[in-house]
Amino acid sequence: MTHAATVHSLWTTAAAAPDKIPSPDIEYGQLSPTLIVLGAAIVGVLIEALLPRRQRYVAQVFVSVVALAAAFAAVIGLAAGDYGTSKAHVAAMGAIAVDGPALFLQGTILLVALVAVFTFAERRLDPLVHGNRVDSFAAQAAAVPGGDAEKAAVKAGFTTTEVFPLVLFAVGGMLVFPSANDLLTLFVALEVFSLPLYVLCALARRHRALSQEAAVKYFLLGAFSSAFLLFGIALLYGYAGTVTYSGIADVVDGQVRNVTPALAGTMGNDALLLIGGAMVLMGLLFKIGAVPFHMWTPDVYQGAPTPVTGFMAAATKVAAFGALLRLLYVVLPGLRWDWRPVMWGVAIVTMLGGAIVAVTQTDVKRLLAYSSIAHAGFILAGVIATTPDGVSSVLFYLAAYSFVTLGAFAVVTLVRDAGGEATHLSKWAGLGRRSPLVAAVFAVFLLAFAGIPLTSGFAGKFAVFKAAADGGAGALVVIGVISSAIAAFFYIRVIVLMFFSEPRTDGPSVAVPSPLTSSAIAIGVAVTLVLGVAPQYFLDLASQAGVFVR
Amino acid sequence: MENLIGLLVAAPLLGAALLLCGGRRLDGKGHYIGTVLAAASFVIGAVLFAEMLGRGEHDRALHSKVFSWIPVGGFRADVAFQLDQLSMTFVLLITGVGTLIHIYSIGYMEHDERRRRFFGYLNLFLAAMLLLVLADNYLLLYVGWEGVGLASYLLIGFWQHKPSAATAAKKAFIVNRVGDVGLSIAIMLMFTTFGTFTFAPVLTNVDHASEGKLTAIGLMLLLAACGKSAQVPLQSWLGDAMEGPTPVSALIHAATMVTAGVYLITRSGAIFNAAPDAQTAVVTVGAVTLLFGAIVGCAKDDIKKALAGSTMSQIGYMILAAGLGPIGYVFAIMHLVTHGFFKAGLFLGAGSVMHAMNDEVDMRKYGALRKYMPVTFVTFGLGYLAIIGFPGLSGFWSKDKIIEAAFAKGGTEGWILGGAALLGAAITAYYMTRVMLLTFFGEKRWVPDEAGQEPHPHESPSSMTIPMMVLAVGSVFAGGLFSLNDSFLKWLEPVTGHSHGDSPLSAAAVTGGTMVVLLIGVALAWMQYGRRPVPRTAPRGSLLTRAARRDLLQDDFNHVALVKPGQYLTRGLVYVDHKLVDGVVNGTAAGVGGLSGRLRKLQNGYARTYAVSMFGGTAVLIAATLLMRAV
Repeated sequence: MTHAATVHSLWTTAAAAPDKIPSPDIEYGQLSPTLIVLGAAIVGVLIEALLPRRQRYVAQVFVSVVALAAAFAAVIGLAAGDYGTSKAHVAAMGAIAVDGPALFLQGTILLVALVAVFTFAERRLDPLVHGNRVDSFAAQAAAVPGGDAEKAAVKAGFTTTEVFPLVLFAVGGMLVFPSANDLLTLFVALEVFSLPLYVLCALARRHRALSQEAAVKYFLLGAFSSAFLLFGIALLYGYAGTVTYSGIADVVDGQVRNVTPALAGTMGNDALLLIGGAMVLMGLLFKIGAVPFHMWTPDVYQGAPTPVTGFMAAATKVAAFGALLRLLYVVLPGLRWDWRPVMWGVAIVTMLGGAIVAVTQTDVKRLLAYSSIAHAGFILAGVIATTPDGVSSVLFYLAAYSFVTLGAFAVVTLVRDAGGEATHLSKWAGLGRRSPLVAAVFAVFLLAFAGIPLTSGFAGKFAVFKAAADGGAGALVVIGVISSAIAAFFYIRVIVLMFFSEPRTDGPSVAVPSPLTSSAIAIGVAVTLVLGVAPQYFLDLASQAGVFVR
Repeated sequence: MENLIGLLVAAPLLGAALLLCGGRRLDGKGHYIGTVLAAASFVIGAVLFAEMLGRGEHDRALHSKVFSWIPVGGFRADVAFQLDQLSMTFVLLITGVGTLIHIYSIGYMEHDERRRRFFGYLNLFLAAMLLLVLADNYLLLYVGWEGVGLASYLLIGFWQHKPSAATAAKKAFIVNRVGDVGLSIAIMLMFTTFGTFTFAPVLTNVDHASEGKLTAIGLMLLLAACGKSAQVPLQSWLGDAMEGPTPVSALIHAATMVTAGVYLITRSGAIFNAAPDAQTAVVTVGAVTLLFGAIVGCAKDDIKKALAGSTMSQIGYMILAAGLGPIGYVFAIMHLVTHGFFKAGLFLGAGSVMHAMNDEVDMRKYGALRKYMPVTFVTFGLGYLAIIGFPGLSGFWSKDKIIEAAFAKGGTEGWILGGAALLGAAITAYYMTRVMLLTFFGEKRWVPDEAGQEPHPHESPSSMTIPMMVLAVGSVFAGGLFSLNDSFLKWLEPVTGHSHGDSPLSAAAVTGGTMVVLLIGVALAWMQYGRRPVPRTAPRGSLLTRAARRDLLQDDFNHVALVKPGQYLTRGLVYVDHKLVDGVVNGTAAGVGGLSGRLRKLQNGYARTYAVSMFGGTAVLIAATLLMRAV
């Protein structure tokens, strides 16, 4: 068959049977968490359009909190209905998986988002501006920084309450991302949660130029990585003739060999599979912040409004690792002898790179950014285990880590001087003398990052490293422990700085937060300690949830 | 009856708790509380003794389990007491002498503002010592063993404002730790060998253990005994321990605690009987120490240190006797009891003299005190006669038996040990006569104290003299009473066993020989210190005298053999730590820091650089994946 004839026959085949497209069969109930969140986001947009300015804040916060709580309740309901275990299946015409890992990660994302919304809604940290309470976000995002329009907007008491629907859209995408069961859904989810994040990054009220720079960088690099991902998807389609995970997996395993006429030249070509797989992996590693795709992280973490940074650092990581797990465990298990060595390398440079570069950081937010890179490496060690224990340890680690991160960034919002948040480390000297409670709480988070026993960080790290060692990656564990030792240095250094240095006379003051931020921090501490002291229940939960549907 | 055993320990323990936790409220009556509870313990002991005498000699032992202490799987350790004839002997000695010394201390410590605390420590000591001798297993014994060590430490350093006292307390504690390690190792060995450390099963199953293991256990027990009983090579602490108040020296460092080693060896007799090599070590230690202590005692001008040397020497006799095995156990304990009387009496006498002489301890500054302190002179004199073995007094009976038993060991060993014991008797006579002459006879050599106060010696109050009198009575009669019809032998034999050795010399010959050497010793001392005036400052003396003044160079030896190497070792380790360990650590840290500084330059803020990094990363990722397949 000539090339032209092939195209022609495709054309005619498609044209001949339009009525063969089946009508979609959607399990709305099983998708309800995502649907609730996306619905609420649309409600949020309507609120922006219809309600007067003064009422929007309360309405948005209310809608967001209720929607996230309701979605979480829906997740619990699904889990209670055994959708995580015996009834796990692929819903929405093969697009979305409803299984243990998906529900666990969705639950985690929803809780993280709920707590993050508290920090978004905080309005007591800064003094009143023209008699109006202000939050972390620019009065009017479209106004030029420092321009007349901005001044007018500030004077008028404008606030960017659009952040709430933006967060909800992002969360909606994040909920789909780890449960996406075909590559196109994966890509759509990626874009759905990335685009609102780009916007959110640009919304900082202070240091707006830095914030906008961060957003542009994030957008450019994100688009760049999306391109790779998309190209990888195309190659994988060329290889397998399908974009569904199970379909590709079947071809990889050699179970399916039916040749689509149009793809006769490419199907089953391993070069496509390997290159496409690597490119899709790269797209996910970018979101995770793995070396060498990590370089956006410090700049974006530093520039973004701190509540957004906290949300991003916690929730994005959960969603992206979920997608990575599914890709590696469902699509590419037959290929693990190819990707495992490569991932070994990525994990090693990520752990070491993050830890080493963090040593010389002088800004709290950048320090936490590099710390998040190192942690991404630790989690990758669990991913590489390729055992059920590996999955559950990663799930546990993600849950533990995300609350520590949220809490730590929430504390960062409290330490302020005249220029807003005082993120330069030298300003934190002696904080423990002035505000022992805040410093102690931050110390708890740092100890959890460092993986000190009785914090969730230890339980998580132990689970991940144990799974990796059992999975035959002993050398990786050794490097992980070395990296942890390096990382411990800079965490402990901050503690030493806070408690054993003389306070600076021009040092920052600690703002008294509203119950919103307070409760976000309190939840962070509570989760950190509970998962640290009594991790067994949650480890069991994670191991029950550790099986992917295919 | 069994329940009373616990009360023996509980009474002084209660006293210690009350006095140490009671605070200032009890300052006025603390010493009475302490004394009454010590006396109560003695009364309970006496009741139990009377009751024990009423029973047949083979079912005199009582057992009382208080509670299960450490039940872990198959491992069990109980807090349980065993009161047999051996323990009973100690209980009466400890509580009896202990009560007397409590009474004495009321007077002696009258002007000390921390008297309540002093009595608290004394009660603590009594409780721990009673626990030591009443325990029915080695683990509980170890608790008592450490308890007396603690009390001893606290009491030696009681006048902690004096650096010498604080140092002496530390020295005693540290040297004792060496012995304590021995005891703990012995207990561990016992557990691995016998699976238990209760006396009865351990001591009756000795046959099932190899001799090598028993020798190891025996040597470790000996090490423990050396520490607690100030035997060579762990003797160095006892002389310095005299820094403590004199009643403490009398009770702890003469009559009771320092004899714990003898108790330990006698109690573990079955182990030593089956380990001849360990026994040889024990008799060697005993013989060496009895000479060592005696020689040191000859050269000391400090009355308490002279007596301390004497204590060391007398315990050497006991250890020697205990090392002889069944020939000697009974006599070791008998000498222990008589020594408890006369040495406590001597110390109390010394305390009385010091009390009268503005706390002067140098005998060269005493002299002619017999006229001023008649009661002290008489009681001290009786103790003196008892210790040198004057016929008919306590020391005569018990020491003579030990010398006899040493000869009865037989062979060359017997001759050497017997000769050493005999020589020791001569030296004892010499140095005790010296003490007596320097203190109570001759010219007045008194000097004003630091405040310029001339001493006005006077007899001590009755709270001090009465205990001295009681102890003097014991010094005179105890030995004879014990030897009457061999009553002490019959009393203790069911516990320790006894056998008559095959002595190459008749009992009469030994006694005769002892008398001869005794007279020689006394005569020598009289020639040196009785006939001529005694100079206030000590003459330079012979090499041996100078060495003996320095405790036969014990501290110099320890300094060179242990302290110096230890210091060099720690210095070396510190050096290694600083240079090597810290060097590696700091080097690593500097390396990481440098690497970090270089790597962070890659983070230059340009999105294009970041994009290149991503692009390159992806290229490597793809290449690596393909390469994996190619390989």
